[in-house]
Amino acid sequence: MDKVKKITKMKLFLPIFSMILVMMINVIYDIASGNPPFGFFSISINNGILYGRLIDVLNRGSEVAILAIGMTLVVSASAGTDISVGSVMSLSGGLCCMLLAGYGVTNVSEYAVPLWVGMLAGIAIACVCGLFNGFLVAYMNIQPMVATLILWSAGRAIGLLLCNSNIVYVRVPSFQFFGAYCGIIPTPILIAAVCVAVASIVLKSTALGTYIQSVGINKKASRISGFNSAKIILLCYVICGLCAGIAGLVATCRIYSADTNNIGLNMELDAILAVALGGNSLGGGKFNLAGSIIGAYTIQAITTTLYALGVSSAQAPVFKAIVVILIVVIQSQPVKDYFKKLSAKKAGAKEAA
Amino acid sequence: MKKLKLGGNNILLAITVILFVVMYAGGCIIYADKGFTHLQTFLNVLINNAGLIAVAAGMTCVMLTGGIDISVGSLIAMDCMFLAVGMEHWGMSSPVLMILVLVIGAVFGLVQGYCVAYLEIQPFIVTMAGMFFARGMTAVICKDQVSIVSDKLFTAISNTKISIPFGGYVNKKGIYQTPFIRPTVIVALLVVILVFLMLKYTKFGRSIYAVGGNQVSATLMGLNVKKTKLLTYTLCSLLTSIGGICYCLNTMCGTTTQATGLEMDAISSSVIGGTLLTGGVGNVLGSLVGVLINGTISTLVKSNGKLVSSWANIITAILLCFFILLQAIFAKVKESKKA
Amino acid sequence: MDSNIVLSAKGICMTFPGVKALQNVDFNLRKGEIRALMGENGAGKSTLIKCLTGVNKFEAGEIHLDGIDGPVVNRDTLDAQRKGISTVYQEVNLCPNLSVAENLFIGREPMTKFHTVNRRKMNEMAAKLMKDLDLDVDVTQNLEEYSLALQQMIAIARAVDMDCKVLILDEPTSSLDDNEVAKLFVMMRRLREKGVGIMFVTHFLEQVYEVCDGITVLRNGTLVGEYTIDELPRVKLVAAMMGKDFDDLASIKQEGSGDKSKEPLVIDAKGLSHAGTIKPFDLEIHKGEVIGLTGLLGSGRSELARAIYGADRAQTGTLKVKGKEVSIKNPIDAMNLGMGLLPDDRKAEGIIGDLSVRENIILAMQAKQGIFKKIPMAKQIEIADKFIEMLQIKTASRETLIKQLSGGNQQKAILARWLATNPDFLILDEPTRGIDIGTKTEIQKLVLKLADEGKSVMFISSEIEEMLRTCNRMAVLRDGAKVGEISGDDLTQEGVMKAIAGGGK
Repeated sequence: MDKVKKITKMKLFLPIFSMILVMMINVIYDIASGNPPFGFFSISINNGILYGRLIDVLNRGSEVAILAIGMTLVVSASAGTDISVGSVMSLSGGLCCMLLAGYGVTNVSEYAVPLWVGMLAGIAIACVCGLFNGFLVAYMNIQPMVATLILWSAGRAIGLLLCNSNIVYVRVPSFQFFGAYCGIIPTPILIAAVCVAVASIVLKSTALGTYIQSVGINKKASRISGFNSAKIILLCYVICGLCAGIAGLVATCRIYSADTNNIGLNMELDAILAVALGGNSLGGGKFNLAGSIIGAYTIQAITTTLYALGVSSAQAPVFKAIVVILIVVIQSQPVKDYFKKLSAKKAGAKEAA
Repeated sequence: MKKLKLGGNNILLAITVILFVVMYAGGCIIYADKGFTHLQTFLNVLINNAGLIAVAAGMTCVMLTGGIDISVGSLIAMDCMFLAVGMEHWGMSSPVLMILVLVIGAVFGLVQGYCVAYLEIQPFIVTMAGMFFARGMTAVICKDQVSIVSDKLFTAISNTKISIPFGGYVNKKGIYQTPFIRPTVIVALLVVILVFLMLKYTKFGRSIYAVGGNQVSATLMGLNVKKTKLLTYTLCSLLTSIGGICYCLNTMCGTTTQATGLEMDAISSSVIGGTLLTGGVGNVLGSLVGVLINGTISTLVKSNGKLVSSWANIITAILLCFFILLQAIFAKVKESKKA
Repeated sequence: MDSNIVLSAKGICMTFPGVKALQNVDFNLRKGEIRALMGENGAGKSTLIKCLTGVNKFEAGEIHLDGIDGPVVNRDTLDAQRKGISTVYQEVNLCPNLSVAENLFIGREPMTKFHTVNRRKMNEMAAKLMKDLDLDVDVTQNLEEYSLALQQMIAIARAVDMDCKVLILDEPTSSLDDNEVAKLFVMMRRLREKGVGIMFVTHFLEQVYEVCDGITVLRNGTLVGEYTIDELPRVKLVAAMMGKDFDDLASIKQEGSGDKSKEPLVIDAKGLSHAGTIKPFDLEIHKGEVIGLTGLLGSGRSELARAIYGADRAQTGTLKVKGKEVSIKNPIDAMNLGMGLLPDDRKAEGIIGDLSVRENIILAMQAKQGIFKKIPMAKQIEIADKFIEMLQIKTASRETLIKQLSGGNQQKAILARWLATNPDFLILDEPTRGIDIGTKTEIQKLVLKLADEGKSVMFISSEIEEMLRTCNRMAVLRDGAKVGEISGDDLTQEGVMKAIAGGGK
């Protein structure tokens, strides 16, 4: 009994547990439908590229994983979520393609400006979005979700405007490369890996993590101890914007076009869900980046599994919404209190016996 | 004589009304040739936004308690899809369906309200989950993603014109055009009036303001804060479903992408109409003006003809941002005055 | 039961985990009496009020109310209100966005026959109520349009109109100016004539003697005594609150090492102030000196320290640190000048609850070094272990979350946070509150040791003995202003108490 308690109290229990649960559903589904039982895990090389459902999850989950990095920091520092990330993704991809193709052009096979200019501009605009959100939250004291609501709506609209309401195709191999394959491995996997690595190195080698958590847990005490909480919160939103920018470019390169209406659609839900699944409290404070990353891939595994079960992409949000509600209900104070009372009662009954 | 004090909140509302008048007058001058001056143009704004007016009324109530509900757009899509599929594929009669939609809306709101009020989860998270749930449900209800309504009674209601005896004009062919509105407008305006009276003259209405003003005080003064919140979220979803029926009467179809971003319009209408995001201050009539501003913006963008429709979104967002900042600045000024 | 007594509490006991908040406390209030409830931090005033109003469930004792047979049990504040006990707090518990009339009648509005609120009748009733109490208020205006004092009186009016027999005023005057206080007192006297029993909590001695008929003093959760106003002159009241019989004040030998006024100045403040909390003050602090700030709770002693440290940015005056004029906008500026502040509210401003003891200890040091120069883990562990050992912090491990530690050990960890930054000037605001005797002595010794090492310390405490033991000099504060300094031979209990009590009787 004590052992069970110890395991459930472990930091990464929730994300790993849910990951295993999703995998088990896959195994059961495969057995039930007569496929090889571990089809989910089989990896093969076809036509010189890695192939398999697991690889697919890793590949498709790249954007969510990148977003989860920024979202984790935002949630930790400001106890609120940035719901604009999906729109910012679309905006960043839209600006990048617009520059690469030239305004009003919808289909090119040659760059109008060098690739790096387009990419950098896409990332820069995303950082500006983060700066805007951060300013509203940190310096104007506006609730995070209301502040990010503005760009949630306007971001995609500006993206559409930049692309003249068209889907802009950039059919250049070096552009497609970032959404395709690097050798046998899908490039997005590598990009996500680099982002996660950079994030963890930064968190390891600087005191950023301590700053963010400290501000998220107790703003007043952090101030007395010499932290500038507004600056820290601003920084978190800029990082979140940066992550959304990178994710947006990955999503754009994947389809080598700026489909501003659909890029990053509903991604904010996935990112928030990843943070919650990672065992982080949406009420801010302590965070666990590894948990969020595992959570992100779990979300993708859920999505892939849902598709495999015949659920369409339009229907998938129903199930994700239910998972979100379940997680936040379990995390909510009244439910926690109720369970505490219950276990106290049990302990009391044991003592009495 | 009652003194009219120009407090911060009145200023916000005044700015809104002036903004509307200026915007509309500007439209009349610039687009006079496109019929902007006709009464019918104004009535069209009402007709096109009848659903939104009902939604904004509900949203205002929720925001008055200091909460927010971003599930309204998706809920409307779900309502429309349910109506369309119900009539076309399940062969149900439209009046029964309309009542069913209202019941579904109320239950939907009840669940959200319970999570917010009794489980103390942030309203944003709850209603965001609600938003995705309802949006996904549209695809679950209808696998084809689009369903067109052809029900006779429903079409008849939709096509009903209620003429207005004044303000007509003679068009280029020399035929007198009688201005008209649709039944949906009457429903929407009725909702606004009822909510206005409810907020002003009932215990429940005053409790909403008290909860938004100071939750701790409201509890100490003997009000049931949790119940008030629960009922407010239920009311919001119920009004949204009324709005959903109006919306469906306008579009005569259900699609999975219907009413995307409508929550944004509803929130910005309330905020522009003088409702404070922190709760406690606001008026449903202000929200009506807010909806009219939103409607006028999209009419202006359409009248221009050259502008892409996403301009309407951007302008609304800028306006929302402007008003949110104004609110924040007023709050800061108030605080510094106190200290 | 004395027929004149409206509220009587007998033998109230209440424990919080680890603390006996109230032990066998009695409280009696007569009809038409204004009784002050006095006591320092941790005396149990708020706990007693919470017991009377049903917020806290007390373990032993009884409450009797005039007109109700048998002991009264209040389930919550509402229940207490219905039985006739109303409370008005410093921060007004009304809704600023509703009209005055609504605030007076919400929850019990007059209704029309259509079951809607009869606004006209409500306004009439409200206007009449305001007129009865001589308040010049337009009841249709929003509450926020009126001053805090008027809001408070409106809150009182609501309580009175709900047939309250006992009115508890919990620090109602803290944020009012003299004029407003006078108005409030007029109202209190009027209510006294009407036979309402009023319990009045305040930090201002002047106000007690101006308006009260009796005083009940609590100290450390026990009843010191119930007095009439004539029995207890100022100095005796202070003595009662501080826990010494005035007659047998033994002089405590000062262990600190005498006069430091020849040492160089570390802090030289001229005319510093922060609106609403501390009036302009001058203060000089020398190297190696321990300066005590004394005064009653709310006298401005914490606020003075916060103004120097930049926790509340000083709005006027100049501050010189080690001879150089500086401008401190934020605590980090003060830290870079070698200061540190251990705040009095440990939970709200001290600990970062969800971080480990190690992280809490290195926090300020890390803040000084900046975000990019992370203290290497090995060094963090070394520092944490050093201070855990040095201050004998009792913790399961250095990685234990600080919120799981006892209050005293949390305090030591925060102290370690500041010692790790090696400050030249350390402000300790109530470092010994809620801590066991052993730890208190350790902290006092530590203060003396720091002074020996040439560091300056500002020491704030409600306990005069420990201040006398540690301080070279004391600054005295009263009603938000610095009113004097005591040093040398005047540093005795008697001298300090007289200074705190101030002039008058």
